[in-house]
Amino acid sequence: MAQKKRLKDLTFWDKIYIPAILKGLALTFKNLLGPKFTLKYPEEKYIPSGSYRGRPVLVEEKNGVERCVACGLCSRVCPALAIEVQAAETESEKERYPEKFEINMLRCIFCGFCEEVCPEEAIVMSKDYEMAFSNREDGIYGKDKLLVPVDQLKDRIEFLRRYK
Amino acid sequence: MTILISILFTLGKIVVLLTLILLTVSYLVYFERRISGWIQNRFGPNRVGWEGVLQPFADVLKLLMKEDIVPDNANKKIHALAPMIALFIAFSTYAVLPFGPTVEIFGYKVALVVADVNIGILYVIALTSIGVYAITFAGWSSGSKYSLLGGIRSSAQMISYEISMGFSIGGVLLLSQSLRPTEIILAQSGWMWNAFIQPIGFITFLISAFAETNRLPFDLPEAEPELVGGFHTEYSSMKFAGFFLAEYANMIIASALIVTLYLGGWQLPLINALGLPSGVIIALQILGFLFKMGLLLFFFIWVRWTVPRFRYDQLMNLGWKVMFPLSLINLIWVALLIMVFNF
Repeated sequence: MAQKKRLKDLTFWDKIYIPAILKGLALTFKNLLGPKFTLKYPEEKYIPSGSYRGRPVLVEEKNGVERCVACGLCSRVCPALAIEVQAAETESEKERYPEKFEINMLRCIFCGFCEEVCPEEAIVMSKDYEMAFSNREDGIYGKDKLLVPVDQLKDRIEFLRRYK
Repeated sequence: MTILISILFTLGKIVVLLTLILLTVSYLVYFERRISGWIQNRFGPNRVGWEGVLQPFADVLKLLMKEDIVPDNANKKIHALAPMIALFIAFSTYAVLPFGPTVEIFGYKVALVVADVNIGILYVIALTSIGVYAITFAGWSSGSKYSLLGGIRSSAQMISYEISMGFSIGGVLLLSQSLRPTEIILAQSGWMWNAFIQPIGFITFLISAFAETNRLPFDLPEAEPELVGGFHTEYSSMKFAGFFLAEYANMIIASALIVTLYLGGWQLPLINALGLPSGVIIALQILGFLFKMGLLLFFFIWVRWTVPRFRYDQLMNLGWKVMFPLSLINLIWVALLIMVFNF
C-alpha cells in the first residue's frame, strides 16, 4: 500500500531523529511541570464512593438505639463465620435487641453477604478500610466499635436502595 | 616559604573540591529521583527530612548496612579493585577543571583550579581511557555471564565513543591553540562560545559524553531488563555504592568538561558592562559556572527519562558510522573557519 511509510521514505529530518527527540523532550518537560497524581497518604486519604465495600458496621438510629433485632441471619450467612449474635428482650417496639454482637475482623472477608441478607438494613458495609490492631483480641470488634450513626452511612444506604 | 603557601592553598582547594563533589554526587542522586518522579507525574522521595533532602543520607546508611557478597568464582582482588578505580578516576579528573578566574586571597594570587597544568585536556582524556578498565575489571572478575557480557559491551561502547570525543576536542583545540583549560575558557570571549561556533562538534561531544558515562540512551551495559545489572550484577553494599557514586561523579565531570570546552566556562557575557566590584564579579562567575553545570546535569536527567535505550548494534553503528564522520566534518569546518575567516 502506498500509504505505509517505509524506511526509505523517511525524510532527512526523520532519519537523524533529532526533531523527534526534541518533541519528546518537550512532552517530558510539560509533564515535569504538570500536576502530580500521587495521593499524599496519610495526610490525604482516599474517600471511596458509595459502592465501596469497607468494614461492616451496625446502623445506629438518631435516638442512639441500634436497628438490629438480633435475628441471626447475618451470622448464619457469613461464609467466614465471623459474626456472633446473642439476642435479648427489650421493652421497645422491636422487642429484640442484640445483647452481644461481635464481628471478628480477622475472619471477615468483606463480602457483604450480611448486609444483603439483613431484613432491617441494620448492618451495612461502611467506607472504612483502615484497621490496625496489635494483638488478636483487639481484632474482635464488639458493639462499641461497630455502632455508627446513620448520618455517616447515607451514601451506602442510598446505593443499596438504588441498586440492590 | 612561597612553596609552603602554595601547597597549603592547593590542599585547601583539594579539600573544598572533594567535599563539594561528594555532596553534589549524593544530592545528584536525590535530584535524579525527584525529577524523574515529576516527569512521571508523581512525587519523588519527599518524606525523609524537608521535601526529602535527607534521602541521600538514608541511602548511604542503607548501603553501609548491607552484607558484602562476593561470588565464589570471582577474582577477589580485582573484584575489590574495580570500584576503587572507578571512583579514583571520577575524582582525579576534576583536578584540572577551573571553577573561576584567578582570585586574590590575602594578597596571594590563587587560581581556582587544583592543578593548572598546561596539558589539562590531555590529562582528562587519558583518565577517561583508564576509566574503561574499571568496568572491564568489574565485568571480568565477577565470574558471571551477565557481568562479563555487560563489561565487554560497556568497554567496547566507551572505546568507540572516545574517538568522536577526541576529535570534537580537537576542534576546540584548533581554536584555542592550547591544552590548558583556563586558556580554552579565555579563548571563548563574550558570546563566542564554542557551542555556537562549532555546533556539530558540540552535539557530537554531548552525545559522546552520554555514551562515556553509560547513561541512557546508551546504558545497555547496566540496564536491568537487558542484563540484570550488567557489570555490577555481582556487587553489593559499599562496592555497589562505589560504582553508583562513580557513575554520578562521571556525569558531573562530563558536565564540567562540556561547560569548560563549549559553554564558555565561568565566563558570563556582558558582565563587565554592569560595573560591579571585582569580588562580586568573581562570585557571579563561579555561580555562573555552577549554574551551567546544573543545567547540563538537568539535561542529562531529562534525556534519561525521555529517550528509549539503544540496542547494542544500533549503538556501535552510531558511534562508528555517524559520530566519527561527523566529528571529522566538524574538524574540517573549524579548519575552514580559521583559514578563511581568520578566527
